[in-house]
Amino acid sequence: RAKEKERKKERDRKRRRNVARRASSARKEGKELEDRPGREERRGRKKRDKEGKGKGGEDERQEEVKNDTVAKTLKNFSNENTRKLEQKEIEVVGEEDGDTEEKRKNGRSEKGGKREDNGRGETVEKKQKKKRVETSAEHESSEEEEDEEEKVGEEKPEVLSPEELEKLKEEVDERKKLISTLRGKPWPMRKKLLTLRESHEFVEKYEGALGKGKSRKLYAYKVMMLKKWMKFQRDFENFKTACVPWEMKIKEIESHFGSSVASYFIFLRWMYGINMILFGLTFGLVMVPEALMGRPYGSMPRKTVPRADEANAMDFAVLWDFGGYAQYSVLFYGYYNSQRAIGWLKFRMPLSYFLVGVGTVAYSYMVVIRTMARNANEDGGGDNNSFNFSWKMFTSWDYLIGNPETADNKFASITTSFKEAILEEQESRKDDNIHLTRFLRVLANFLVLCCLAGSGYLIYFVVRRSQKFALEGLESHSWWERNEVNMVMSLLGMFCPMLFDVISALENYHPRIALQWQLGRIFALFLGNLYTFIIALMDEINLKREEEEVLKLNMTIWEASLYNGTLGVNSTAPPITVHPADIPRGPCWETMVGQEFVRLIVSDTMTTYITLLIGDFLRAVLVRFLNYCWCWDLEAGFPSYSEFDVSGNVLGLIFNQGMIWMGAFYAPCLPALNVLRLHVSMYLQCWAVMCCNVPQERVFKASGSNNFYMAMLLVILFLSTLPAIYTIVTIPPSFDCGPFSGKSRMFDVIQETLESDFPAWFGKVFSYASNPGLVLPFLLLMVLAIYYLQSTSKSYKQANLELKKKLQTQNEENKKKTKMAALKAAMDLEEAQKAWSEAPRQQRNNNASQQSYTGEKNTVTGHLVSSFVFVWYLKI
Amino acid sequence: MFPDLLLSVCPRLHGRFHELAPHLVPLDYTNQPDIRLPLALIVSMPELKENPFRNRIVEVFSEDGQGNLSFNDFVDMFSALCETAPRELKTIYAFKIYDFNVDNFLCKEDLEKTLNRLTKGELTPEEVNLVCSKAMEEADLDGDSKLSFSDFENMISKAPDFLR
Repeated sequence: RAKEKERKKERDRKRRRNVARRASSARKEGKELEDRPGREERRGRKKRDKEGKGKGGEDERQEEVKNDTVAKTLKNFSNENTRKLEQKEIEVVGEEDGDTEEKRKNGRSEKGGKREDNGRGETVEKKQKKKRVETSAEHESSEEEEDEEEKVGEEKPEVLSPEELEKLKEEVDERKKLISTLRGKPWPMRKKLLTLRESHEFVEKYEGALGKGKSRKLYAYKVMMLKKWMKFQRDFENFKTACVPWEMKIKEIESHFGSSVASYFIFLRWMYGINMILFGLTFGLVMVPEALMGRPYGSMPRKTVPRADEANAMDFAVLWDFGGYAQYSVLFYGYYNSQRAIGWLKFRMPLSYFLVGVGTVAYSYMVVIRTMARNANEDGGGDNNSFNFSWKMFTSWDYLIGNPETADNKFASITTSFKEAILEEQESRKDDNIHLTRFLRVLANFLVLCCLAGSGYLIYFVVRRSQKFALEGLESHSWWERNEVNMVMSLLGMFCPMLFDVISALENYHPRIALQWQLGRIFALFLGNLYTFIIALMDEINLKREEEEVLKLNMTIWEASLYNGTLGVNSTAPPITVHPADIPRGPCWETMVGQEFVRLIVSDTMTTYITLLIGDFLRAVLVRFLNYCWCWDLEAGFPSYSEFDVSGNVLGLIFNQGMIWMGAFYAPCLPALNVLRLHVSMYLQCWAVMCCNVPQERVFKASGSNNFYMAMLLVILFLSTLPAIYTIVTIPPSFDCGPFSGKSRMFDVIQETLESDFPAWFGKVFSYASNPGLVLPFLLLMVLAIYYLQSTSKSYKQANLELKKKLQTQNEENKKKTKMAALKAAMDLEEAQKAWSEAPRQQRNNNASQQSYTGEKNTVTGHLVSSFVFVWYLKI
Repeated sequence: MFPDLLLSVCPRLHGRFHELAPHLVPLDYTNQPDIRLPLALIVSMPELKENPFRNRIVEVFSEDGQGNLSFNDFVDMFSALCETAPRELKTIYAFKIYDFNVDNFLCKEDLEKTLNRLTKGELTPEEVNLVCSKAMEEADLDGDSKLSFSDFENMISKAPDFLR
């Protein structure tokens, strides 16, 4: 030891004499340590440091923080990993970050303590160093150098010249760079820690000597706040993802059944969101105010069950049919009063009712169109898919999975995604006889058209017949004749899709496109269904209105008779109080329409659930348990388990939503009903899919943005608002029920509000603005703007496509080029080797050939590197 | 060597190490015993139990290549698999993990093995073949029908969901 000390002293003396030499040696060491020395980066760094000396301290601080994390994250591993078991990946990220944060703080204080130790007890440090020197043979040299440097540092190089300072600074920069890149090096942790500690001490010393490291506290505070902010942001993101309902359920289904089935559930969830908002609108602005502030039940005829129905108004059968008390409640249009303002808030009930009706439709349009536009954007973005398979292979496993069930799901989802990708690949490779496929496709479309025309005619025929029967009176006909329309409809809805399915097998489309065709065809079929329903409803409305006319006449007679009966006795007596239940009332066609829709929705829901239970669950149970005692294999053979019918379910959902849009104006409870229905069917269908369905034979990848569904939804929205708007605009409201009673048209409520609630000038402005002379040019302008925007977007799309094509060809060219270069390099190498093998013969030229060989090799590798850089540059 | 150094930095991790085999791992390293835990023990850890590449991971991080881990190797493994580990480090180790036959290239056999582990062998041989050749075609830039590290790095650096 004594000897060593002497040696060190000697060395120290030398050092003091020659600081420059030490600097260079240390730099060499730095180079050794660095894995991939990026010269340019280093230069850039130097520049930066020269530019801002004040920044230097900050940089250093940052690096320190980073490195503390390196050490401290290690601590976290154990507890973090145990947590991983139970938690989702995202949660772990957030939590772990929090931990690191704490540790970082601790680390900082610890570090500070260590630093102090360094300064005070130098002997301790020395002992440690010695121990290190003794134990580690491989690190000896660097260790010693470190020791020497420390000595010099402690003696404070105050007498340094400017050049030396410069060199020192460079060295410090090297160290700092080493510190910052240390984490990414595949060294053993021990080596990393040692290097880190040494470099830290070094930097610490010389930063002090160079007078850097000011305003550290402030900077540390800043960094801390930044980290905290980032953590908050991440937590917020996590919170947002945690708020998305049913995410895990859908993910699970996707992993087993592929993205096409999952796309249905995602669509269902989206629909649920929209219905929630519609429900909020109608519930908050129409139903609750009327229930709380409007006149109570029993105060007016429209709010009372008529005497004739009173006996069985509470029967379940009646309530189930939405008659009795249900009919005379806030659930339906008829209950609402035409009083202009209700309650102490002076809530404008009729206006609110009208605006909510309009707002429901407007909001739906807005949401559907906005979603479509966003989806189209996503489609247009088109990410780089050049490494599809390799990415799937190397990056699909989630290393955080520790739960066997999750692992099973992940295996299933990876297999499914591979199958999807393989299918896409096979489809793109397939090239059959084009003429034959074309012929078959035309034939298939012809057959489908025939089917559609036939079913259309059948519906028309049946509806006409039923109208005839209705005129003759329903009682004289059999059960079949009375229910003919409904039966024909459901039979068509049941068998035509199957027929279409058979026909579509002819076409040989990619399953995704086949699904779209199937959807489109069934959609056309269902439209017939919808419109017969509407026509029937219109007939009924007309009937009711005739009835109403008759009643109006009777009403006056009834009133006259009432007065006549009592007038004779006492003419000055207060007006006779007749119980509201006894007053005769009109049929109120609006409530009737609302009831029809509600009944339809309920029966539709029931049918869906029952078919689900029978068709899927019962079938699965039978197949599963009868299989033990059956002649053939039920699971593999004929009945088998059912597949999930994406097209049918999507269409069911869409048509259901169309009903809601149509009926929501006359029955404010419809959105609430629909929310309930969607909620239940989410759970029920998720369960049914996981428990009794089998994945489709050809699992295919649904396009992530189901714009096709959206387009159909838009069509349905348009088609369902059409009749609703028609009835609102053209048919006068009933005289004795609903918020618009006593007006000649429903939209008169706007006029009324404008006249009585707004100042006169406003009404004037409004009347000017609604002048056709102003409205028409405005419309024209809008059409022009749309045309202009569309043409520009088209041209952008064109340009985008062109650019993409260009990029692709360039990529391919580069690939070719690199391949050529590699080939050439190999040939060159071979030649060189040949030359090398011939060398022994020409002993004299040995040296020369060797030189040429290495030279050649260098150029070859240089070429390769440059081409790689080129490719890389282009890809960026 | 300095087991005490690592021990002082990450005592909790050593706790885990100790838990795996309490009768083998001492709590103090004063006489520097050379302790290695066999592969079977490491693989039974909950973090690795479900991983299809668990054996490979342990083998890569063991110094002898047989899957026997000393505490130093153990720490290295955890630091590389940590979420906050830098991307370059992960890329390097990922390459090593996927390189089943340790020849510093990913050849077709390696890809097939990877795929079969990922899908639990549920794809047919033709499908496996198709996927492997497609992946090779995509990622192989220099046309030698095996992936070098630079190919791998280039491919993985563009992957969207390669863990941060």
